[in-house]
Parts: sequence; C-alpha cells; structure tokens
Amino acid sequence: MNYFLRRLLFMLPLTLVIVTLAFFLVRVAPGGPFDRERKPASPAVERALAEKYHLDESLISQYLRFLGLKWERTPGGSLRRAPGGLVAGDLGLSLKYRNHTVTDIILQGLPVSLTLGFLAFGFALAMGLPLGFYTAVRRGHWGDWIGSLFALLVICIPGFVIGPLLILGFALKAGWFPVGLWGAPLQAVLPMVALGLYFGGRVTRLTREGMTQALQSEYIRTARAKGASELQVLLKHALPTAVMPVVSYSGPMLADLLTGSFVVENIFQIPGIGVFMVNSSLSRDYTMVVGLVMLYAVLLLVLNLLVDLAYSLLDPRVRYE
Amino acid sequence: MSESKLPQNGPSMVSSISVEAVHLSPNQKTWRRLCANRPALISAAFIALVMLLAIGVPLLSPHDAVHGSDSQFAPPSLAHWFGTDVHGRDVFTRVFAGARISLLVGAVGTVVSLIIGVCWGMIAGYVGGRTDNFMMRFVDILYALPSIVFVIVLITTLEGFVKQWITAISPALAPAGRMMFLFVGLGAVSWLTMARIVRGQVLSLRSRPFVLASQSLGASNRRILFHHILPNVIGIVIVYLTLTVPAIILYESFLSYLGLGIQPPAASLGTLIAEGAAQINPLRVFWWLIVGPGCVLALTLLALNFLGDGLRDAFDPRSS
Repeated sequence: MNYFLRRLLFMLPLTLVIVTLAFFLVRVAPGGPFDRERKPASPAVERALAEKYHLDESLISQYLRFLGLKWERTPGGSLRRAPGGLVAGDLGLSLKYRNHTVTDIILQGLPVSLTLGFLAFGFALAMGLPLGFYTAVRRGHWGDWIGSLFALLVICIPGFVIGPLLILGFALKAGWFPVGLWGAPLQAVLPMVALGLYFGGRVTRLTREGMTQALQSEYIRTARAKGASELQVLLKHALPTAVMPVVSYSGPMLADLLTGSFVVENIFQIPGIGVFMVNSSLSRDYTMVVGLVMLYAVLLLVLNLLVDLAYSLLDPRVRYE
Repeated sequence: MSESKLPQNGPSMVSSISVEAVHLSPNQKTWRRLCANRPALISAAFIALVMLLAIGVPLLSPHDAVHGSDSQFAPPSLAHWFGTDVHGRDVFTRVFAGARISLLVGAVGTVVSLIIGVCWGMIAGYVGGRTDNFMMRFVDILYALPSIVFVIVLITTLEGFVKQWITAISPALAPAGRMMFLFVGLGAVSWLTMARIVRGQVLSLRSRPFVLASQSLGASNRRILFHHILPNVIGIVIVYLTLTVPAIILYESFLSYLGLGIQPPAASLGTLIAEGAAQINPLRVFWWLIVGPGCVLALTLLALNFLGDGLRDAFDPRSS
C-alpha cells in the first residue's frame, strides 16, 4: 500500500513538470493565437486582445498567473492573489473559442471521448478474449491459422484506414449505420469498431500466447490426470492464468484508447476532446493545449497506477515495494 | 529474454539445440532457422518488392505523381491500376512515391531510435549503480508521458524553429525541413523500449566470465563495450529493429493523416489515405483512393511484423 501512496504522491510533481514543459513550449514557439492571414483591425485591437489574455506580460509572470501564484496590486494599493489559476482549478479562457473556459470545453467533450474509449475497450476484450481462447485451443488447425492471421491483419490496418472503409461499406453502401455524429446508440457502433479493432487484435495475440503457455504447464497435466473434463481444464484451470498478460496490457490499452481517439473522432465527426488536441496546437491556443496535455498526462498516470493496483490484487505473486 | 543465442554461452547451448553433425556457428544456425521459416522469407521478399517498386515506379511510370491530368476519379483500369484521384493523378504512381517516403521515414527514424536507445541502454547497463538508476528512472518517466500528445505539441511548436534554421542555411532545403523533423522526432520518441531491452542484456552480460576475463587482462571499457558486449546484443537489437520500423511508419502515417506529417504535393501513405478519406461522400464512392494506399500500408506493416516474429524465433529458438 505504501508503494501506491508514494506513486500517488509522485504523480503531482510529475504532472507539474509535464504541464510546465507544455506551457513554455507552446508559448516560446513562433506564431501566436491571434496571427491570422488578415491582421486584426488595428494595433489598438491587437494590444487590447493581448492585454485581456495577459499575453503582454513576461513569460514568468504569465506562468505564475497560470499557476495562480501571482500577487498583484489592486487599484486600492493592497496586495492580492490574481484570481483563477491552477490552484483554484481554473485553466483559463480558451484563446480560440472566445468566451469559453478550457475547463468548460473539456467537460463538454470528455464524457463523449470517455464513452467512446470504454466502448472500444469493451469491444476489444469481447473480440480478443474469445478469439484468443479459440485459436489457442485449436492450435495448429486451420481455425487457429485464420484467427491468428485476422488478429495480425487488424493490428496492421490503422484506424484511419478501417474507419473510412467501414463508412464506405456499412454506412454508404449497406446503409446499416449512420455515417457519423454522436448521440444515438447506432452512431456509436462504427467508431467503436474502428477504434477497438486494433486493440482486439492485440488482446487476441496476448490471450493466445497466455493460453498456450498455460496449457503447457504442469498443473494442467495434474488437472487432466485427476480426470477433470476438458472444458473444466480450459475454463477453470488454464484461463485465469492466461488472462494475466491481458490485465497488464489493459492499462496502456485503456490509456491509448482514451488519448488516441483523435483520428476516429475526426473521421466520424464526434464532438470529443480529441478533435481539439490537434486543432488547438496548430492554432496556438495556448491555454487549450496546456489544459489538454495536463488532462492526458493525469489520465495516463492514474490509469497506469490503477492497473498496477489491479495486478497486485489479482496475482498474489506480484509484490511492489 | 533468453541468452541462449550468445556465442560465448558454451556447451550447454550446443547440447540443447544442435543435432546436426556439422558444427555451425550460432550465426549460421540463426540463418538456417530463418531460412526454414517460410512466412518470414515470403515477408522479406515482399518487403524487398515494395522497396523496389517504391524506387522504380515513380521513375518509370508514364504518369506524373505530382502534376494532375484531366481524367479525375477514374476507377482502376489497365491505364491506371489503382485509379486516379481528385486532380487526375495516377494513384498507383502516387502510392509508391508515398511508400518511398514512408519507408524512408521508417528507416531513418529507426536508425535514430537505435542510436539513442542502444547508447542509453549500454551506458546504463554497463556503468550500473546510481547512473543506471537515474537513467532508467528517466526512461520510466518518459514512458508515463502521453507520447502522441507530446509529438503533436512538439511538431507544431518546434517546427517553426527548424524551418527558420533551415531556410537560413539554404532556402531550397525548406520542404525537406518537415521530413528531417519527422526523422528526428519519431526516432526520439521510439527509443525507450530499445534502451530497456539493451540495458537488460548488458546487465546480464557484464558479469559473464568472458567479460571478467577481458577486464582482468586489462582491456579498456571501450574495448569491452564494443568488442564483447555489442556483438552479443546485436541479435536482440535486430529483432527489435524490425518491429520498430512498422511502428514508426504507422506513427508517420498517423501524423500525416492529421496533416502534421509530410506536406503536399509530396505524399506519404498516410497523406494519401487522408486524401481518400476526404473524398468520402454519399453520392459516389471512390473506394480505390483508400483501398490502394491502405492495402500497401497494411501489407507492408504485416510483412515487417512477420519478419520480426521470424527473426525473433530464429535468434531465440526457445521463444516459440
């Protein structure tokens, strides 16, 4: 338990380092959020914009303001903390989507991205575990051959190829599913498959490998010698150890699913947060980029921690210190 | 990670796998095992074919990969094997011009990741102690970062600088700037696993009798590293390299798909697929714009993965 507490505590400085890095990186880079092909109406407007978003201050002062640790003089002459900032849970105003705070935008998109991620996660497991189990049991037969080839094939076809093909086949030609957007359950099917197929292939391979190894162990021979039925041997004795690699993979997998859905969200026009990641880094939406990087970093760190925790609970041989 | 492939491993290895009467060196055995692996050989042949086509097709094709013609959206035919795109360009020519760039980025990015990863892993494993601890913690931290997010932020921000430098050196090189950046950027995020693997190997090699013997004979650290340790980690490095190439190709096409990779009119497989996906509409289905580049990309990745698996089995007979 001590180990996990320490890791939990360590997450705080790590997140801070990542956020700091992102903060300075986007601001130092050439170009700014208000550079367009057409210049703003007048220098005065430009100045007013910069002043409103505090872009006219020094980098250090901006950073302190972002953290919420900046002290400034009020017109009255007394010293007070500048409002907002990270300590108050405020990520600031988006520079691109005016009058929206970064927190608002994230809170709007995050549930959608999370739903899509978890659906794809479920799909990957629902596809990978049975297929891996089947191919391991039928090892050497044509069923194994076809199943394994399929698993390798879907690993090698990126989501941005599968997505458009699914749209062409199942939405435009067959007309079974809507082409895009989000809301109705049917609209979630194609994005879920496009996002989850790759991970389904990975889970298949892991399950197959785990199952094959488990079936070669001594305790399986013992179980068979005791006269356990084949079904019992497979399900009760071999399967629990065979899924351990899948458990340890599910952490990175979930993180990848939640953070890596840019393309699928883009293809199916899903209003998640993935779309913002690329757009805001391209348009130098400083506050958005920093907010999203922080979100992704926290998600990833928490997920990794949860998986390690689950792993130590499931497998008593695993000890962290 | 098994160490049975190491030449200095002595009699235990010979007795465990060798039934041939002729004595073969471990490398020869590896080669024989690889040659007996049909899927790996077919994959290697396929990769060679794609490389040949990537070099040859853009040179020899009667069509131009960059300039358009009047026949827009022609379906696949004898004249245009993969059809034509929105500007009437031959997709077949463009796919292999794109494969050329994709393969180049994959290869160079892998070399960059190889250099960083092997050096990092060798130093950490060989020096050991506090240095090792520090270096590997650093790798752990980088592992915890959302790499794709960072690549996107890095590419969009640092690219401006790189462009300035390159145009300062020579304006003609400007279009190559993005590619150079992809080489270095993708290599720089892909070295972590390589460093871990190499470090593990070096750590176990360091305390082997032949290294101790060499040390007691007064060999310098450099000699030990380059003459005794490096040759022994090469096997596993090669295996992992074959698996890094498809990962980087995939990464590059992903970025190109998002519009952050190769810039038009040049194209990689990722940009071609993105162009195809942009033409999706309910009225007419231009499937060949996606199927052509998609198939070449998927089959290349598949072949590289098969070859990697085959090499792993060849270097480490106990793994399969």
